[in-house]
Amino acid sequence: MDPLVLVSIRNLVKRFDITGGWLDQFRFSGGKISKERTVVRAVNGVSIDVAQGETVSVVGESGCGKSTLARTVMGLYPAEEGEVYYKNTRIDNLSEAQRQPFRARMQMVFQDPYASLNPRMTLGEILREPIRFHQPKLDKGAVAEKVALVMEQVGIDPDWHTRYPHELSGGQRQRISIARALTVEPEFIVADEPIAALDVSIQAQILNLMMDLQEQNNLTYLFISHDLSVVEHISKRVAVMYLGSMCELAQAEELFQRPRHPYTQALLSAIPKLGKAASHEKLTGDVPSPINLPPGCVFHTRCRHANDRCRLEIPQLLTVEGGTQVACHGVEEGRL
Amino acid sequence: MDKLLTINNLNVDFTLRSTTLRAVNNVSLSVNKSERLGIVGESGAGKSVLGFSIINLISKPGRIASGTVMLQGEEISSYTYEQMRQIRGNRISMIFQDPMMTLNPVLTIGEQMRETINAHASMSAADVDAICLEKLRKVYIPSPEKRLDQYPHEFSGGMRQRIIIAISLLTNPSLIIADEPTTALDVTIQAEIMDLLLELCETEHMGLILITHDLAVVSQVTQRIAVMYAGSIVEQGATEQLITNPQHPYTKGLLGALPQRASRDGRLNQIPGVMPGLAKIPEGCSFRNRCSLAADICLTQPVLEEKTSGSQVACHMVK
Repeated sequence: MDPLVLVSIRNLVKRFDITGGWLDQFRFSGGKISKERTVVRAVNGVSIDVAQGETVSVVGESGCGKSTLARTVMGLYPAEEGEVYYKNTRIDNLSEAQRQPFRARMQMVFQDPYASLNPRMTLGEILREPIRFHQPKLDKGAVAEKVALVMEQVGIDPDWHTRYPHELSGGQRQRISIARALTVEPEFIVADEPIAALDVSIQAQILNLMMDLQEQNNLTYLFISHDLSVVEHISKRVAVMYLGSMCELAQAEELFQRPRHPYTQALLSAIPKLGKAASHEKLTGDVPSPINLPPGCVFHTRCRHANDRCRLEIPQLLTVEGGTQVACHGVEEGRL
Repeated sequence: MDKLLTINNLNVDFTLRSTTLRAVNNVSLSVNKSERLGIVGESGAGKSVLGFSIINLISKPGRIASGTVMLQGEEISSYTYEQMRQIRGNRISMIFQDPMMTLNPVLTIGEQMRETINAHASMSAADVDAICLEKLRKVYIPSPEKRLDQYPHEFSGGMRQRIIIAISLLTNPSLIIADEPTTALDVTIQAEIMDLLLELCETEHMGLILITHDLAVVSQVTQRIAVMYAGSIVEQGATEQLITNPQHPYTKGLLGALPQRASRDGRLNQIPGVMPGLAKIPEGCSFRNRCSLAADICLTQPVLEEKTSGSQVACHMVK
């Protein structure tokens, strides 16, 4: 493996069984009773290597599995298949105790700063908790010093450590969420839609903060977002997901200038642009359900270029000119 | 030009215990016949309250403190509750943000559509159904005959919003107020819904007030834009003019903060600070605490007036 790779995700598969109770498993059809399970196939064989110090973004519409991917990488969900490596150590099959040192090196920032901070804890308590957990030997003074340091780093007055989350605005709360991730000095941060719940002018502040922190602390980001215009700005590489599969993985510039996959093209053209009349490619129909995935290419039900092969055979990721990886029969055959 | 809707010096107050908060502060606006106006602002700017107050849907502790709303020459702000019911959903329709919250989950789509028509007109059941089907076709719902008997949960988010648009069209309104109609939807679906709204406004000759926080969306759909900040309109002008040549420091800041306006890998242009809560709006210009141009004169409240650029701007510093 490339020594510069910090986190490597290999063929990750995550399924959720939503059958429910024991009785719900029985189906009656054609005069017979059969037992079956209902499974949501949230992530189907996704591989991404994240290099030290880079920002890789995962984009896609709601339900495409991007958040599930993030949580599975963090070990918040167990993976069904596939592997996750952290600096060449396989971490997805570790026990809780073995995993703990990795949890301090990988931290997560969540979408909703209203839901992810405990309303009954002061900012100081919120920020002290991860330090106490991961470094129990640290004395009180050192912990307080560390808390003050991270608060300063994210632009919150350290004197506010006695305040409660409800006293803060949305942007300030998200700063505290970021500070909480930083308290244990991680190398890798997974940010799951960190700015989706914030206003435009505040989004810019948080994005700038995240970029500054990346520089100062040499952080590596896995950035989950549905907003392509944000992703273009901060990421080095972008992965586009659709229905649990990766359609395209490319350098950010390459992806925005020369999108290869028909879904990426549609997604890009759907971004509203300032002052320009809408001239986007229309996608027909809705995203199919991840319970009954369409056979073949998952995108073929909405793709203008789909042919018989797309309906039957699952396309594999193919590296094309410019280093872009794309999973599309049309691109492979030179039709697109 | 024919004025469809005129709002004059509208003030909306919310009284909480002993304090009174002004959510909409002295707003004057007008919409011409079949014109599309965008109201843009961040959360808490008062844009939704303004939208609601047009059809007097402000509930306690809020109230319209002063000002008038005129619809095609009639002063609807002085109407009684019963008179207002004849306006809402009839001459002015409203589309809300969350399509799941707007539709009644225990009634079929058909029942909800018929209810709207029957509230405003008396006609035979066959005629009512014919109108429902016609409007569902207008919003491109496939096989509408079958769909009439289905419940909201059988539709996807984008389809639900189409149905809500169809319901808002039932009585051939002259004005539609759309409050963040695509915020709960994915980008590809958002693009479809915006196209649909634009097309319908043009073919049905309806006026549209589009309330949103998304400057890019508004710039594609509307002809004029009003920017709100802390309850007041700070800038108003033709869309093209406002996007390419913003005058008010807040509008400039908002546009500059968009990622597409930043250089790649560079920092985004941020507006320092946050919008003040209604209880903490500073004296004078409400934006002065975050403004790089602020001077002593900003301690007095600026008025919205036409500046050399052609837009109306509420700022002492803009010539």
